[in-house]
Amino acid sequence: MDVAFIIETIAKIVVILLIFSALAGLGTYFERKVLAFMQRRLGPMHVGPFGLLQVAADGIKLFTKEDIIPQNVVKPIFKIAPIITAATAFMASAAIPFWPQFTVFGYTVHPIVADINVGILYVLAIMAIGLYGPLLGGMASANKWSLISAARSAAIFISYEVITGLALLAPLMMVGSLSLIDINNYQAGGITHWIVWSQPVAFVLFWIAAFAETGRTPFHLVANDHEIIDGFGTEYSGMRWGMFFIGEYANMFFISFVISIVFLGGFGDGTIAGAIQLLLKVSFFFFFFLWTRAAWPDIRPDQLMWLCWKVLMPIAVLNVVGTGIVMMF
Amino acid sequence: MHHEEVFTDRNVSESSAYYYVDIENYPTTGWDKFKQVVKRTFSGELFVGLWVVLREMIKFDIHTVQYPLEKLPIGPRYRAVHKLLRLWESGYERCIGCGLCEKICISDCIRMDTRIDENSRKEVTEYSINLGRCIFCGYCAEVCPELAIVHGQRYENASEQRAHFVIKDDMLTPLDMLKAGEQAEYPGFGAIIPGSDASVKKTPLAY
Repeated sequence: MDVAFIIETIAKIVVILLIFSALAGLGTYFERKVLAFMQRRLGPMHVGPFGLLQVAADGIKLFTKEDIIPQNVVKPIFKIAPIITAATAFMASAAIPFWPQFTVFGYTVHPIVADINVGILYVLAIMAIGLYGPLLGGMASANKWSLISAARSAAIFISYEVITGLALLAPLMMVGSLSLIDINNYQAGGITHWIVWSQPVAFVLFWIAAFAETGRTPFHLVANDHEIIDGFGTEYSGMRWGMFFIGEYANMFFISFVISIVFLGGFGDGTIAGAIQLLLKVSFFFFFFLWTRAAWPDIRPDQLMWLCWKVLMPIAVLNVVGTGIVMMF
Repeated sequence: MHHEEVFTDRNVSESSAYYYVDIENYPTTGWDKFKQVVKRTFSGELFVGLWVVLREMIKFDIHTVQYPLEKLPIGPRYRAVHKLLRLWESGYERCIGCGLCEKICISDCIRMDTRIDENSRKEVTEYSINLGRCIFCGYCAEVCPELAIVHGQRYENASEQRAHFVIKDDMLTPLDMLKAGEQAEYPGFGAIIPGSDASVKKTPLAY
């Protein structure tokens, strides 16, 4: 294997880790600000100009806080659970093309760690493994609320993987490839070629399922503050809790990338304009996660299961069958 | 950032405020349940919610008061920490040491010591209000014949020491403030009504 390739890959990994760890921090800042403005508040104001350094203050707090391991927890599993969440979130990013390829000093850079031919499958699989963070953390915590949260997270993640899988099946049948680069190039012809026009139902289904997969507000049952405190995060403190947090926010960014690439044309034909468009789309989807949190109430776990198995899954199956029939004739 | 908000009439009246919410019966048959789900799904109520919060964000009508930096105005008759006022002309303390406030205080938190000074004038040597006990009822200000003890606007009275609550010097108008004309008369309990000069009758010395 080429030495230059190895160095380039390591450099890309480091850049992705740094950028998305920082973005996870900034994401919390934007979330506080957006929620505050929507509720006629100001949000963080005191640390730095407009509270911008609040992220740094939170980081210092999380890093220097005592790492409490309660007495009755299952210690090895308790310690490893947040690492699973953060690690799987970043592992999923390996197959995501964040930017079209560009040339620096005559050297062509592909801003994707591994252009594997089953990219979207890999992303979904790794996000599915992310389930073990809340599940193991909740079960090991020796806390009833954490246990409820673990049970809920297992039910929600597994149920909604059915929706994400079936919703993606129809676009993938049209594209004929699992590589995210191929999916992007399929829509390179401009806004009329976007898959969202031919697969609107799959788009909406995948978007709904994205809320469940990231555990965001209409489906925020795994850590619902008013019922089960912080769910699986109740017994965690300091940086272990922070890693759950980073994992959640990184997941939000990555799923926004996936939605934008699969349904909304990604970076288009690969020009700078297309790349900026991709960032705008991702920003919109990230903003939408915050927007719904300000506007919508949470639903009950039984309603969530009802929605998944009795509404979304039949629609997804019908969508796949319909797509197949249309493609056949 | 702060601004006065004009409230609409929120008083409950029989004609407007209360009405019975028309709750339909829950559907029992499967087909009715299905119809309800479809109706609720496509009624767009979720988007109404999204619009409401987005509208507030765009209007940017922030209601936060950044408290230590900005303060909400309080009423002129608000009864906060007491002030001892001085006479405008001479700068002497207005208090004549009559002891009425000490007598009327229902939480028994006012203490004063007086003596007759060399001009045969009654002088207040010690005057203290234990603000840790005071219930801010306003009786002392109301009973004071000289408008000497009044209530001020200073409501931030957290302290490390309980003794800080009783210091006379904190309540008495400083002399430089008096000379700058910054001593404000109190319009609340016990103050002179506007135009009261006209209602005062001269003592009939002719008898």
